[in-house]
Amino acid sequence: MEKFEKLSGVAAPLPLINIDTDMIIPKQFLKTIKRSGLGVNLFDEMRYDDQGKEIPDFVLNKPAYRSAQILVAGDNFGCGSSREHAPWALLDFGIRCVISTSYADIFYNNCFKNGILPITLPKEQVDVLMADAEKGENARIEVDLEAQTVTSADGQVFSFDLDPFKKHCLLNGLDDIGLSMEKVDSIDAYEARASAERPWV
Amino acid sequence: MTAPKTLYDKIWDAHVAHEAEDGTCLLYIDRHLVHEVTSPQAFEGLRMAGRKVRAPEKTIAVPDHNVPTTPGRENAETMPEDSRIQVAALDKNAADFGIHYYPVSDVRQGIVHIVGPEQGWTLPGMTVVCGDSHTATHGAFGALAHGIGTSEVEHVLATQTLIQKKSLNMKVEITGKLRPGVTAKDITLSVIGATGTAGGTGYVIEYCGEAIRDLSMEGRMTVCNMAIEGGARAGLIAPDEKTFAYCKGRPHAPKGAAWEAAEAYWRTLYTDEGAHFDKVVTLKGEDIAPVVTWGTSPEDVLPITAAVPAATDFEGGKVEAAARSLDYMGLTSGTPLTEIEIDTVFIGSCTNGRIEDLRAAAEILKGKKVKDGMRAMVVPGSGLVRAQAEEEGLADIFKEAGFEWRLAGCSMCLAMNPDQLQPGERCAATSNRNFEGRQGRGGRTHLMSPAMAAAAAITGKLTDVREVM
Repeated sequence: MEKFEKLSGVAAPLPLINIDTDMIIPKQFLKTIKRSGLGVNLFDEMRYDDQGKEIPDFVLNKPAYRSAQILVAGDNFGCGSSREHAPWALLDFGIRCVISTSYADIFYNNCFKNGILPITLPKEQVDVLMADAEKGENARIEVDLEAQTVTSADGQVFSFDLDPFKKHCLLNGLDDIGLSMEKVDSIDAYEARASAERPWV
Repeated sequence: MTAPKTLYDKIWDAHVAHEAEDGTCLLYIDRHLVHEVTSPQAFEGLRMAGRKVRAPEKTIAVPDHNVPTTPGRENAETMPEDSRIQVAALDKNAADFGIHYYPVSDVRQGIVHIVGPEQGWTLPGMTVVCGDSHTATHGAFGALAHGIGTSEVEHVLATQTLIQKKSLNMKVEITGKLRPGVTAKDITLSVIGATGTAGGTGYVIEYCGEAIRDLSMEGRMTVCNMAIEGGARAGLIAPDEKTFAYCKGRPHAPKGAAWEAAEAYWRTLYTDEGAHFDKVVTLKGEDIAPVVTWGTSPEDVLPITAAVPAATDFEGGKVEAAARSLDYMGLTSGTPLTEIEIDTVFIGSCTNGRIEDLRAAAEILKGKKVKDGMRAMVVPGSGLVRAQAEEEGLADIFKEAGFEWRLAGCSMCLAMNPDQLQPGERCAATSNRNFEGRQGRGGRTHLMSPAMAAAAAITGKLTDVREVM
C-alpha cells in the first residue's frame, strides 16, 4: 500500500448526499478478478451516457477536475454495499482523499486498506471546502496527515480526528495482515481457550 | 459483581483475541462466508504472500451473485465470459485452500446468507463475517455478523481475526403486535424510514420487543438483513426457543452432549437488566403499515396509503437528493402510491428469498394471474428452499399465476447476472436496495414485502395487500 503523507491538489465537488457504492462503481464492473483498472468506470452511470459517451456536465468530465486527487462529498458518502471496488476505482482514477461530514462504516474502513484518507469534518467546514472545490484549479486544498489538518485555498486550517492506529498504518503504508500475524501467539492462545469453552464452534 | 452487559457486549467480549492499548482489537471470527465477487483478489493476495487459510474448517464458500438462475446453468459455457471466470476462480480457490464449498451444481447452493443458516453454520453467539454487506442477516441468531471489504476478507483468511474497534450499542424496540398484512419487511423498512440510512452508523443494533419476539426466524433474518441499510454495522436479536428449534438438527449444528452444552451457553446470550444503550429507538407495532419505497434510498419509505412526496417536503441536502430521486424514478409529487404502475415483479434475495417469503407471496397469488404483460419472477434463496417450495405446491401456484420459477441466486437484487431491468422499467422488488441503477441501468425499484409484491403482480400497480387478502 502506498504511503499517505501530504497532498495538495484540486478537489472535485460532489455535494449530493448518500452517494452509494453502486453509484461509485456499478455492479457490472465487479466481475473483475483484479484490483486495478477500475478508474475509467468510476461513477460510470453518472459519467457516461447509454452509448458510453462522456456526459460533459458531470464533474469528473470537466477539464478542471480530470486529474482531481481529492473529492469533497455530501453526507453519508459510500453507503450501501461492502464492495472494495469502490475505493479501488477512486484510487485508480487518482483520488487519494475524500472529505465529507460522514461515511458509511464499511466504505470508511475499506479506504484505509488502500491508501485513501477519508476525512470527516463538520458541515460548516465541508461547506468552505466545497466552495473551494467549485473553483477548480483556482482553489487548491492541502491535506497534511501527520498534522491532521486540511487547509482551504484562503488559508483556513481545519483539524480532523483520526484513529491513531489507522493514521499510523496510512502514514507508513503498512500491511494490516503482516501486523496482525505478529500477534499470532495471542490468536493461538485465544483459539485454545475458545475451543475448550465452546467446542461446538 | 460485573456491570450489566448488552448482548453485543457479551459476544464482543467472548471474541477479543488481542487488545492494544488504544482499544484496537483482534476479534476472532468463528465463521467466514465467501462468495465469488469479493474474494478473488483476497485469495490472490494470499498466494502472492505465500500464506494459507488459517481455519479452512470455519470457512464456507458458495457462488451466488453472478450465477444465472435459468435452467442449464450447470453448463458453465452458458455464463457470460467474465462471470464464468469469476465462478471458476472460486471453484479453484475453494479446492486449493481446502474450504467448504457448495458449487453451482449442488442442490444446497444458494445465496450465501441463506445457505449459512440453512446448513447450521450460523449459530448463536458466533462472530460471522462475509465480503458482503448483508451479512447482517445472521444477527437474527444472536450472532455478531457484518460485512467486510476484500482486504478484510484476506485478513480473515490469513489470521481468522479482524482488526476492530468496538461499536456503540443501539436498541430498536418494536412494541406490541403487528396488524394484519404487516410483515418483518415492513418493520425493517419502517425503522430505516424513521432513523435514515445513516441513523445506525457507528452502532450495532439490537432489535427487541414483542413484535420481534413474535417473528419467525425467517422474519428475524429479514429484519437484521437490512440493518446495514440503516447504516449499522450489525443487527442482533437475542436467541430464544425459536432460534434453538431452527438450529437443531441442521447439518453443521452440534449434536448430543455438544448440543446440550451449546444450548446452555446460548441461554446466557441476552441483554442484562440495566445494560446501557447509547441510542434507543422505539416503534409501536400497531403503528406500522405495509410500506413501499418511492425514491432511490432505502430511507425513502412511506405507507402504501400515502402519496409521492415533494422534494420541498424535506430539509437540507435531502431536498436536492429527493428531487434527483423523483426525477430518476419518473414520479410526480402528489400521485397516490397505489396509482404507480409497474411492469416487473422480483421476489427473492437474501432479504426475502426464504420459504416463509414464498409462502406469503403464494398465499396472495393462489388462483390468481399476474397482469397481462407483466414480467414476474420468483428466485428462491437456495436450492433447498426451491425444493421445499416445490414439495409444498408453491411452485405450481407461482407458475400457474404466470411467474417464472427460477434457480437459486442473488439474481435481480443486484443484477450482476442476466436478470436485469431495462432503462425506465419499474419493478416491485422484495430485495433491499433501490439505488439508482441497482437492478439495471435506468431501472426503477420499489422495495416492499413479498405479499405486497405479489399483490402488485396481480393488479399491475403498487397495491395495498390488505385489499387483496
